[in-house]
Amino acid sequence: MPDDAAEFTITINGEPSRVAPGTGLAAALINAGVWTIRASTTGEPRSAVCGMGACHECRAEVDGVPGVRACMVVCRPGMNVRTSDA
Amino acid sequence: MRERFFDIAIVGTGPAGLAAASEAVRAGRSVAVIDESPGVGGQVWRGSGGGEAARWRTKAEDATFLLGAAVYDAAPGRLLVNTPDGAVCVRAGAIVLATGARELLLPFPGWTLPGVMGAGGVQSMVKSGMRVEGKRVVIAGSGPLLWAVAATLRSRGADVLGIAEQAPGKAVRALAASLWRSPAKAVQAATLAWQTRGVPKWTGSWPVRAEGLGRLERVTLSDGERTMTLECDLLGVGFGLVPNTTLASLLGCRVQPAVVGGAVAVDAAMGTTVAGVYAAGEAVGIGGVDCAILEGRIAGLAAAGSGERAMALSPARVRARAFAARLESAFTLRPEVLALADERTILCRCEDVPFGEVVGLGSWREAKVHTRCGMGPCQGRVCGSALAAIKGWTPNDARPPIVPVPVSVLMDQPAATAADHPPKPDGAAV
Repeated sequence: MPDDAAEFTITINGEPSRVAPGTGLAAALINAGVWTIRASTTGEPRSAVCGMGACHECRAEVDGVPGVRACMVVCRPGMNVRTSDA
Repeated sequence: MRERFFDIAIVGTGPAGLAAASEAVRAGRSVAVIDESPGVGGQVWRGSGGGEAARWRTKAEDATFLLGAAVYDAAPGRLLVNTPDGAVCVRAGAIVLATGARELLLPFPGWTLPGVMGAGGVQSMVKSGMRVEGKRVVIAGSGPLLWAVAATLRSRGADVLGIAEQAPGKAVRALAASLWRSPAKAVQAATLAWQTRGVPKWTGSWPVRAEGLGRLERVTLSDGERTMTLECDLLGVGFGLVPNTTLASLLGCRVQPAVVGGAVAVDAAMGTTVAGVYAAGEAVGIGGVDCAILEGRIAGLAAAGSGERAMALSPARVRARAFAARLESAFTLRPEVLALADERTILCRCEDVPFGEVVGLGSWREAKVHTRCGMGPCQGRVCGSALAAIKGWTPNDARPPIVPVPVSVLMDQPAATAADHPPKPDGAAV
């Protein structure tokens, strides 16, 4: 269960964002209002769908590594995340 | 590549995997438990903190847990695993597949908009910290999961506008009336009904269209005659569950096509058609958490060589499966929900292949070759099962790597044979 007491900061597209420990990255992105996580091959906005690593729709760049499924990663302090604009 | 040796390797840390691990550990075997997720519990126990998942993990605490670790290739006796610390070849005398299920997502206009998720997808996102206080949410699709999702959302302060269940009201009422035969299920159903009191439940209704500018703004539901449009922030829509059988296929296990997307064929001891490979839980057919625990225990015992104790659990498993069969028939998908996509609706979300380019083709293979449908990172886990439901195509062509892995991992080949633990003959061939 995310605990508000010990929030930390991650960076989303250059902006700092506070997250509770235990928060999944896809959840953190949406909590921060970043609904579009990737652009599809034809440029459509896409976001988390299955929430369990199956659909690959929430791929983001995490600490320089592209194609990371945001729903399969738990936020860590200082994590640097980039999403694509559609 | 590093090698690690175990008596039993279990893939999946949901109810079936943890139950298998606890029995195998209790039988004195060395056990590895592998899961793609960073935490244990699978989907149903995800984020349950100190609850069921922790209780079962404690029972299996002598097992080695490889978490955040994806199996990308396999042969009987051997699993290649991409872990956070690099690739590992896990060699084991027996393998238990507790790979669970994913949601059946069906294409309809607007289903790719951000804010449209699986019903279980919403549940999973909420469990991983997505805030939903004050958000307007519509839940749609089919099956008892919809009620559970609505209950979770409500407990987190969401404004659940309603649940649209595609099954006809009379099927759902008949199922409810038959629950006296399964008192524990009746209690669960009553609990969910209480937790979702006041939430409108529309049976015989389904989503036909989601709309919004770059993000979901409204969804239109239909009962076949009338439509209703609801302004909302989130739509959780899932049409039931599909067993995850890719790893079983790769291992050469028979997958029976009767279920949408297939289910791993098993005998009474949860043995697959490949010696030394067992399967349990949703992977062998959607049965729910209690069924998964039973089957996990049976598989764990059988893999540990305690066949007699495994068989003692068989009658309970037969009862659990009978209940699952009643659920499945109550929530049979109506033809209308299999025909929601129009020509331009994206079918393959990875490669942006529209439904119109695929609908006239003759097979899953043809679709892949001609349109790249199913060739993206999800490898048909979404569009393949949708087409299995819509067209009856069976996408059982698992090829390694079954999950995307970096080239550096692919280049890191395991030794052909392990010197001190030789794999079975059929394992050495791959």
